[in-house]
Formats: sequence, C-alpha cells, structure tokens
Amino acid sequence: MTTTAPGARSANSPISTPVKREITTKPRFSDKVFRGVATAGGLSSLVILGLILIFLGYQGFQVLRSEGFGFITGSNWQVMQDNAGNTDLAASTFGIAAMLIGTLLCAAMAVVIAVPISVLCALYLTFYAPQLLKKIMVAVIDLMAAFPSILFGMWGFFILMPHVEYWGRLIHKYFSWIPLFKMEIPVFTRSPFVAGVVLAIMIIPIITSVSREIFSQTPLDRVQAAYALGATRWSMIRAVVIPYGRSGVVGGAMLGLGRAMGETVAVYTVLNLVYQINWHVLIGAGGNVASMILLKFGEAGPTETRALMAAGLVLFLLTLLVNSIANTIVSRTGGKGR
Amino acid sequence: MSTVTVPKVKPTRPWKRTPKQQALMAANLLISAVVSYFVVLATPMKGKLAYLAIFFIAVIAINFAESYFKSGLAAAKDSIATSFAAAGLIIAVVPIFSILFTIFDRGRAGLNFNLFLHDMKSNGPNDPLGQGGLLHALVGSGIMVGIALLISLPIGILTAIYLTEIKGIYSRPIKFLVQAMSGVPSIVAGLFILSAIVFPITKSSSGLMGGLALSILMIPTIARTSEEVLLLIPNDLREAGVALGGTQWRTISLIVVPAAKSGLITATILGLARVAGETAPLVLVSGGGDAVNPNPFHAPMGSLPFYIWKGFTYGTPESIARSWAGIFVLLSLIFLLFIAARTLSGSGAKK
Repeated sequence: MTTTAPGARSANSPISTPVKREITTKPRFSDKVFRGVATAGGLSSLVILGLILIFLGYQGFQVLRSEGFGFITGSNWQVMQDNAGNTDLAASTFGIAAMLIGTLLCAAMAVVIAVPISVLCALYLTFYAPQLLKKIMVAVIDLMAAFPSILFGMWGFFILMPHVEYWGRLIHKYFSWIPLFKMEIPVFTRSPFVAGVVLAIMIIPIITSVSREIFSQTPLDRVQAAYALGATRWSMIRAVVIPYGRSGVVGGAMLGLGRAMGETVAVYTVLNLVYQINWHVLIGAGGNVASMILLKFGEAGPTETRALMAAGLVLFLLTLLVNSIANTIVSRTGGKGR
Repeated sequence: MSTVTVPKVKPTRPWKRTPKQQALMAANLLISAVVSYFVVLATPMKGKLAYLAIFFIAVIAINFAESYFKSGLAAAKDSIATSFAAAGLIIAVVPIFSILFTIFDRGRAGLNFNLFLHDMKSNGPNDPLGQGGLLHALVGSGIMVGIALLISLPIGILTAIYLTEIKGIYSRPIKFLVQAMSGVPSIVAGLFILSAIVFPITKSSSGLMGGLALSILMIPTIARTSEEVLLLIPNDLREAGVALGGTQWRTISLIVVPAAKSGLITATILGLARVAGETAPLVLVSGGGDAVNPNPFHAPMGSLPFYIWKGFTYGTPESIARSWAGIFVLLSLIFLLFIAARTLSGSGAKK
C-alpha cells in the first residue's frame, strides 16, 4: 500500500485538476468605478479653483484689457457715461492700487499685532499651562476661530472702537515722528488702525493654533536634554523650541495674513471706506479690495461690475499666492502639516 | 494568614504650590495693585491702560526680584518669560469673553418668542422690537446651509478618501489645492457664483445660488477634517478587510468609513459651523428677502447673517437691537454645533 501525500492527486481520483487561478493586482470592476468616483471627487477642488479663475477672468477680461497694467498701479475709480447713458469704457478709469495698498496695510498691521500675542499664547498653552486650563483654553480659542466675521465687525464697531481710538491718540501723541503715524487732520474714528486691530483679533486663533501644533511637535528628546543640562523653561524654549518652530510660526503668520487680506464684512463695518491712497494708518479713511467690492456692488452698472470681477480676480490670486507659500512652509516644518 | 497593615501614605505633590508660595503670590498681586493705584494717582498717566501697564510691570518686577534672590539670574529671566506668556494668553482670551458678554448683554433686549414665529414681511426694521421676527432668516439659512451640505459632503469626503485611501498620483497636488481652496476669500466665492451662474444663466438671485456659494467655502473644511479623521483609522482594519477577500470598495465602504463615522460627522458639523455665519457671499448672491421663502429656486431668500447685516446697515437703535438678537441666535446655533462636534469627537477618541 502506498501512502499519498495529502493533497497529491491519486491516479484514479475523479477530481479534475483545479484551474490555475490568475493572481493579479488588477482592480475589479466595482473598484474601478469607486476609484473613478473618488478621483473625480478629489479633482473637484482643482476644477472649482480653475473655474473661479476662468469665470472671473472671463468677466473681467474687457476691463483688464482696456486698463492693462494700470488696473493694479492706478488709483482712480471713475465711471464715465456717454451721452446715451451707457458706461464708456475708454473714458472710465479703473485702478485698484489704493485699495490694494489698504488691503496690505490693514493685513500687515493685523499680523504685526497678532503674531507676538499668538506666539506667547501658544508657548504658554504648550509649556506653562496646567492641563485643565490648557484644555479649556484650547476649546475656547477654537470656538473663537468659528465666530462669524460680522460678529467681529459689530463688536469692533460698538465696543472696541472707542478704546482703539484712545490708543490711536496715544500713539499719535508719542510716535507722530514716525511717518506711518503722522496726521494733519485729527480724525481718529474708523481708521485703518481700528480695522487692523479687529483683524488681529480675528487671526489670533489661527496663528495660535498653528503655532501650538508646531510647538507641540518639538522633539521630546531635545526638550528633555535641555532640561537635563539644567536649562530653565525659558532657556529651553530659546534653545530648542524657537529654532525648531520658527519657520512654522512664519507659515502660521502668513495663513493669518491670507485670512486678513480676504476679510470683507468686518473691515466694511469698522472702516470708513474712502477711495484714496492712505499711508497714515491713524486717519479715518481707507479700505480694502474685498470691502470695496461689497460697497460698490450695490449700485454698479454692468461695466463697473466687470471691473469688480477683475478686482476679485486680483484678490483671489493674491490670497492664493500667500496661502500657498504659507501652507508649503507649515507642512515642511511640521512633518504632517495642518 | 497574617494581615499586613500598610501605613497610609499621603501622596505628595512636590510641584504643587505650597500655602506659603500661594500667600507670596497673592501678596505680590496685592502690592502691584496698590503700587499701580498710587503711581497713577501721583503721575500724569491716566486711564485703565495706565493701571494695567503699571500693574503688569510691578508684577514682573516683584517676581523678578523674588526669583533673583532665591535662585539667581536664570530663574529670574524665566519668571519674566512666564509672565509675558501668561499675558499673551490673557490678551488673546479677553476679546472672546468681551464678545460673549456683549452679545448676551445687547442681544437680550431683542430676544422674544415672537422672533421665531414671524418674518419681516409686514414690519420695517424700525418697528418696535416685539413686532416681526427672523423666521424667514432661520428658514433661509437652514435651506442654504442644507444645500451647501448636500453638495459639499460627498465631494469633501470623496476628496478625503482619495487622499487617504486611494493615494493616487494626484494626491500631492490635490492636497495642496484643497489647502489653497480653504483660503479663498468668501467674497470671491460669491463673485464666482455671480459670474458663472447668476449673470449668464439665471439672471436673478435665489437661495440655490447662496447654497452654491457656501458649498465652495465648506468643501475644503470637510475635506481637510475628514482626511485627518481617516488618517487616524489604524491600517490593521484595512488589511483585515482585504485579507477577508474584500475589494477596496467594500473595505472602505463597510469597514473604514463606519469606523470613522463619528469623526466624519464631526467634520461635517465643523463645516456647517464654518459657513453658518458667512455674510459677504450671501449679500452678493442670495438677494435677502423679508418674507419666508421655502423655494430655493425662485425669488430672493433671507438668511441670518443677512438679517444681521441689514439691521446693522440700517443703523437705527431698533434695527441694531434686532441685529444683536440675530447674532445671539446665530452664535447659539454655532455654539450648539461646536459642542456637538466636541462631544462626538471626544466619544470617538475614547473607543
């Protein structure tokens, strides 16, 4: 009697040879459909951004072509009408330099005010705060990031403005030798400075949470090494945390800058919108591109609306640029990014 | 068997402040307050700002002196840094509490039950506060945010699935673009809907347009939060699904997504909270009617942000009180959404 190894085929067995199955990594039909749908969903962000570019560009093309580079460098916004009452594109001038400068000025001021506060706050939450306080404060600051901008606008207008005007007077009194703070006519109400402070309060939660995330990723061995060498908390932060997190904080600041540049309603509510180039931040006149679009949209004719679309395109490209740089910096620092 | 009596030892907490240290701290704050009071009295500096500044300087100086004589210069520097960091937190948090207090304080006057039963069809913003309401705004906001949710939820979650599960060749650029998209200013979203749909096709504003504009702002929030949630699902689950013979589609739809359910709901809620208060795009595209309009395809539609906006720009005491009441309602909704998101993500993490 011969024993057959289990699984080996005996000579008289009726069982036929199993067909050799193909081993493959080729996806099934259902997977192909699924992958296709998910890829389409993933590409939607590309499609939407592309469509924004195309449609704003298409609508603004006429104005951009007639104004050329002057659309960005000029600072006149005059709508001329011909005898029939239609807008005369050749005679009208559209230039958004005044508002672009206002945008950059307000946003830059906001970042200058917000960054030190946010970084100190993030340091405190990461390295100093007791666990319970930290938990509560992180939730509170996250909640603040979800506050709608009209709320900041109204609060800024009714509650904050009197205080900020007073601070403005103080700054004017002691620092008017700095050209930025100079002013001939003492009108402190609704100035770009007020808008800057409101925007700063709006972007503090963003910069704080980015910085906090970066700081908490500081390699623990280096932190402990610093402590083991006898460092105090502050010298540990200076020697380890700040070199590690510096570029991440810069990225967070730029994210805040992007948010501040695109802010519409809060700026519209607190700022006295005047179409002129105003470098003196304490004088109550200024504007930014987004709030100008909102202001002029109501009574704009067809051509002016096209000009506003072109302004929107410029704003879109500007914020896209700032945000892209910011995201690149943050994700490079923090490993997984935000 | 003999019983061993364990001596009861109270756990010590050497890092905790002793009563003596606490007394010293209280004394420090008290002395600083007294100093600031007298300095403001004696010098020409006046105002709350002066009190605060001198108080802060005095606290730092006393802390500095104390730790300098106790532990030397390095510890003294550390105490200064601690004071500054704490000041940073206080400055960051004061506006939040001021905002919450203001809303409660000013919103109270305009709050009554009528708000939720009536619209502003037959009332002007200048009427006494008991008349009219924001029913139209609540309905409109609900419909528009609902439309935005219907569009953004599938797209956002598909994007997140593409980024975490499929990891195709476009992963890196798409991740980059989603991040870029979350920085699109809200007014640009409104302008885009105007230029792409309202001007060439419908030629009139409606609730649908508002919903579309909101969805542009909502997609990146949902996509990014969902991506983070899906990344937290352990790879073992995916491998187990595939090892049981599941295709990728069945693994993801029957294992990964259900496992991440509470996190995905959190992502959705955060997306809702993000767009519920958006004002600028709605002012551009939704029209903002005063009557309840349940049809998103036709006629202007009101919304909470628009209601607040209208009351504020009208500028009379009554209309502004209406705005504050509107903000009270809006923020309560956002607050509820936020708490729901926190609770869900908290319970998801415990499992």
